[in-house]
Amino acid sequence: MTVCKIPFMTVAVPTTLDDAVRLLAEQPDAMLLAGGTDAMVEINDGHRRPDNLVIALNRVGDLRAWRHDTKRRTLTIGAGVTYTELMQEPIGRLAPALAEASRTVGSPQIRNAGTLGGNLGTCSPAGDGLPVLSALDAQVRIVSATGERTASVHDVMVGVKRTSLEPGELIAEIVLPVLDGWQGYAKVGVRNAMVIAIASACLVVDAESRHISIALGSVGPTVVRCPDAEQQLAAAVDWAASSVPPEALDEFAGLASSASRPITDHRSTADYRRHAVGVLGKRLARRAFTTEGGRT
Amino acid sequence: MTHEFFTLRVNGTDHEVADSWLGESLLDVLRDRIGLMGSKGACTQGECGSCSVMVDEVLVCSCLVMGASAVDQEIITIEGVAPIGSPSDVQQAFVDAGAVQCGFCTPGLVMAVHDLLERTETPTETEIREELAGNVCRCTGYGRIIDAVERVSVQRRATSQKESS
Amino acid sequence: MSVVEDTRTDIRPGTIGDSPARPDGIEKVQGNYAFSSDLSADGCLFGATLRSPHPYARIVSIDLSAAWKISGVEAIITADDVPGKLTYGLISQDQPVFAADVVRYVGEPIAAVAALDPETARRALDAIVVEYDVRSPLLDPEAAIAGSHEPIHPDGNLIRHQRIVHGDPSATGDVVVEGTYEIGMQDQAFLGLEAAIAYPDPGADGIELHVATQWLHEDQGQIAACLGFPDDKVRLVLGGVGGAFGAREDISLQVHTCLLALRLGRPVRMAYSRAESFLGHVHRHPATIWMRHHADAEGTLINVEARFVFDGGAYASTSSAVLVNGITMAQGPYACPNGRVDGYAVRTNHLPCGAMRGFGAVQACFAYESQMDKLADACGLGPEEIRLHNAMRTGDTLFTGQAVMNVAPVEECIRETAALPLPDEPVGGAPLDDGSPDAMKLPGGAGRTADARDIVRGIGWGVSIKNLMYSETFDDYSTARCRLTDGVATLKFATAEVGQGFITIAGQIARTVLGVDDVVLDQIDTGVGSAGSTSASRQTWMSGGAVDAACRAARERLFEAVGAAHGLEPIRLMIDGTDVIDTAGDLRVPVSEASAGLEIDETVEYHHPETEDLDENGQGNCHTAFAFVAHRAVVDVDPELGLVKVIQIATAQDVGNALNPLSVIGQIEGGIAQGLGLAVMEEIIQIDGVIRNGNFTDYLLPTFLDMPPVLATLIEQPDPHAPLGAKGVGEPPCISSTPAVVAAIRDALRQAGIEKPLDRVPVRPTDICL
Repeated sequence: MTVCKIPFMTVAVPTTLDDAVRLLAEQPDAMLLAGGTDAMVEINDGHRRPDNLVIALNRVGDLRAWRHDTKRRTLTIGAGVTYTELMQEPIGRLAPALAEASRTVGSPQIRNAGTLGGNLGTCSPAGDGLPVLSALDAQVRIVSATGERTASVHDVMVGVKRTSLEPGELIAEIVLPVLDGWQGYAKVGVRNAMVIAIASACLVVDAESRHISIALGSVGPTVVRCPDAEQQLAAAVDWAASSVPPEALDEFAGLASSASRPITDHRSTADYRRHAVGVLGKRLARRAFTTEGGRT
Repeated sequence: MTHEFFTLRVNGTDHEVADSWLGESLLDVLRDRIGLMGSKGACTQGECGSCSVMVDEVLVCSCLVMGASAVDQEIITIEGVAPIGSPSDVQQAFVDAGAVQCGFCTPGLVMAVHDLLERTETPTETEIREELAGNVCRCTGYGRIIDAVERVSVQRRATSQKESS
Repeated sequence: MSVVEDTRTDIRPGTIGDSPARPDGIEKVQGNYAFSSDLSADGCLFGATLRSPHPYARIVSIDLSAAWKISGVEAIITADDVPGKLTYGLISQDQPVFAADVVRYVGEPIAAVAALDPETARRALDAIVVEYDVRSPLLDPEAAIAGSHEPIHPDGNLIRHQRIVHGDPSATGDVVVEGTYEIGMQDQAFLGLEAAIAYPDPGADGIELHVATQWLHEDQGQIAACLGFPDDKVRLVLGGVGGAFGAREDISLQVHTCLLALRLGRPVRMAYSRAESFLGHVHRHPATIWMRHHADAEGTLINVEARFVFDGGAYASTSSAVLVNGITMAQGPYACPNGRVDGYAVRTNHLPCGAMRGFGAVQACFAYESQMDKLADACGLGPEEIRLHNAMRTGDTLFTGQAVMNVAPVEECIRETAALPLPDEPVGGAPLDDGSPDAMKLPGGAGRTADARDIVRGIGWGVSIKNLMYSETFDDYSTARCRLTDGVATLKFATAEVGQGFITIAGQIARTVLGVDDVVLDQIDTGVGSAGSTSASRQTWMSGGAVDAACRAARERLFEAVGAAHGLEPIRLMIDGTDVIDTAGDLRVPVSEASAGLEIDETVEYHHPETEDLDENGQGNCHTAFAFVAHRAVVDVDPELGLVKVIQIATAQDVGNALNPLSVIGQIEGGIAQGLGLAVMEEIIQIDGVIRNGNFTDYLLPTFLDMPPVLATLIEQPDPHAPLGAKGVGEPPCISSTPAVVAAIRDALRQAGIEKPLDRVPVRPTDICL
């Protein structure tokens, strides 16, 4: 581990999770630096000034690993895995919605640096990977010097840029189910590349349990799930044929819109966001199922 | 081991950085501490790509890397692409194809194009656009840049065909 | 897939008509080209600027004491420390160097500090305490016109009102269409952020400033006045410029940097961040334009009525000239016998506005081209038909009474554009190898918001006219110096190279005129006469004209010397390739040999013909020259989500003579990108006078994925008035590309059975789908 220290600031670059956790225990309010794609923007803009310890995490090998447990049918992704890595085989095939969301993140430069753990730790309402984690009911393994705990991603994402992590805790891994069924992600931005989501949605179909999840981004303080819409669509699907009547899609869109709690800001209006998530929901469902009457 | 300075390995050479404020970005360290002015800062938000460098063979925005965290990594900047006066094929193609106007985005783009062609030898136009979407140019409208990339791709293919025959 | 096809084989490499590489190209690609932000000096200090957080407030007090206590702070200056003229400005000097008793826009400079490092300078700014008495800002241009708000400036709230009355302004037609159009505030958003370094002379009675700017001599005059120096005590050297697009025509950090350096007797550097840059330079004028077009049943224009309101923001800058540009071309590139235009440029507490590529013509064009489409519908004509039917020709008059005496190939521009092939790929393009759709070919891109079935494709047109050079009696001459010795030509000019490639064509001109191969470019500085501004699409004509004239003068001296040496009348001599030849005899001498030992040195000023003021009815030959262009846009639209993807832009542009075809293509593609940006994504958003998106995350520039391929035809009809037959090419591409894209969106929606006015740019998703 390399540590550089000047009177008011120390930057530590640990290479093991144990070292990282120990440093954090000594200074629980240390700034955790993953890919830097959120933190450095704040520092460059002068909105944030680290004033004692910065712990750089991008060299901790434990956080950059992932594993597929075929027996439990889970995909465990280290918090330091980058968006670029999430798009590659075989992870990309095991969590295709996450690969799609990763592709929408900024640029190759940002995808090479940004991490899933960082995305979750920042917990922006517009975080690109977060609707996917929510729709998959991801579990988050959180470590500290005193031990570890596993929490549902819904309990971790508390509000606008607020997680439930305590000082001294860091996100180690995110555990996703590997499901049998369609999953997809869509995101609205004003230009065709490099945009902060104005509205986003992730749809996950669990064909085995005949369950549907839809999670919406940028339409609430944090990711929004739509239980009414999920139940409606699951009930309307002909699971044997994997098809759904077109009217059910329109109803699904309406319920998704109703579940959203968007605001108006300089990027977009509440009306547009509410409308957009409905459209995204409908189109994702249309990709997941065939519509009765022949047309896909 | 704790030091009051940090060492960055840039273009194969070690540089001791002693007087920086540790929150400085790698871009600031490269320019203001080490004196390598080729990487440019136009947005400091990772939105324009002018600051692109390679860190351990991965293309990143140096404005989003905390300088002091880049220790023990191989950093390549535009200055490390080719010796002065002997431009790389990508650099020469940019000049020949009219892909340089004001030139401010150019170093970052050269880095991104080198990286793209390492990963994809014969990219389609759509692939070029997607892989370079993190580099913004305000002068050229991108047409001549795409032409430059395609020229290099064609030239390299012709060279390797010649070599293999 | 180069779009430049050069079928001529007889052009000597490096001369006019060839596309030689730019001389600074290798430096730029290797990263060792010095932009002004790359300049530094040993022992230099760092400057930073304190700016107003309020759009309108009285300054009650400024307390510098806490800032002075910070170790490393070397100087702090305010309005009290300005030794010369307290204000500056391009047309009227209405803008304070530092605000003294009132601030008029968010970002207005109040003080500047110099410190040992940028961090200390920033902390010093934070420590300055300013007490404000916040006032209610003037934000509504109509209130400025009506006089219902107190003057926010001693010069008043109306910067200029100009009326134009032409022919019979009450003439009506069988067909009448009207509309009110809004253009949002666009930013030039050059990448190379503002930066300068000032070196004070030892006696502090002079200074040398290295800065990225558009007009060295205009800066020099304004800076000297504020410093209380004669002009020749302020020397400007052009630092490498990272794009300009009009934003560097006004003073930004020049005077501040010089004041700090002179105070300290040491070099001072100043550099803006992106956020500060958005505040630190002028922007494109937001505008509201009402128009009413009258035509006969066949679609022949009879009368155009218009009312233009340009919001100039807090200070006048070039608002007066921008207004004149907009209103004098209100009819567009179309013949029309009658017109009535009222134009207002007003002062508000919004960000100051000034020059941006297109300079008033952009706003006018969006309005008149939207109107022409409405007229086409009302007359049952297609968009091309209505435009061909009314296309201007050489000799036709503007509403100012000025006859357009330049080549005016409007019809050819439209026909040549129409002849360019439409895209052959359908909506959504070809599927990928695995059969799945290619998201990147659809609106929404990687966001996968749509499938091909959700998309409709539309086609739209835009045609425009732009004036070249300055207007209303302004003598924007240019100067060039040519030295010829031993086969090498050395050129010196103050022409600001901002990326457009003037330095390339300067060498081409010299090689053509003098028959040399080697051209050396001297440093660009105020050590030679003014070149005027790099703006108004004027440098090819004016500075190209100056270089051409200086080279011709040098050639005359060469011919005199050769004539004297061989007993020939110089008039018999000419340049053939790289030789001097006798047209009536056998003599052939290489230029290198003929110029051996000579020291030829010629400096020439090139002036364009005089122009006139406008009278109170807007009549007068106020413009110098004109250029024309047509654009056709193909746009895919998702009507449900309001997202768009521009698929292709085709254009035929009236360029006169392409001195460097590759550079011309560069200007066309780059200008179209800016036009596309204004059409669908670029706008500075101010709420209550405060900018909300002063960064590149939220001020969106077109990326590789937003720009489509451009098909371009160059219409080369050499203009007899232009010194090299070449017209300026920089602005036309960004003028009618915007309405073409918007028209294509309207066309797409129509095919989906949806009528949307889309009378505001940039078009937002909500404008399309809600």
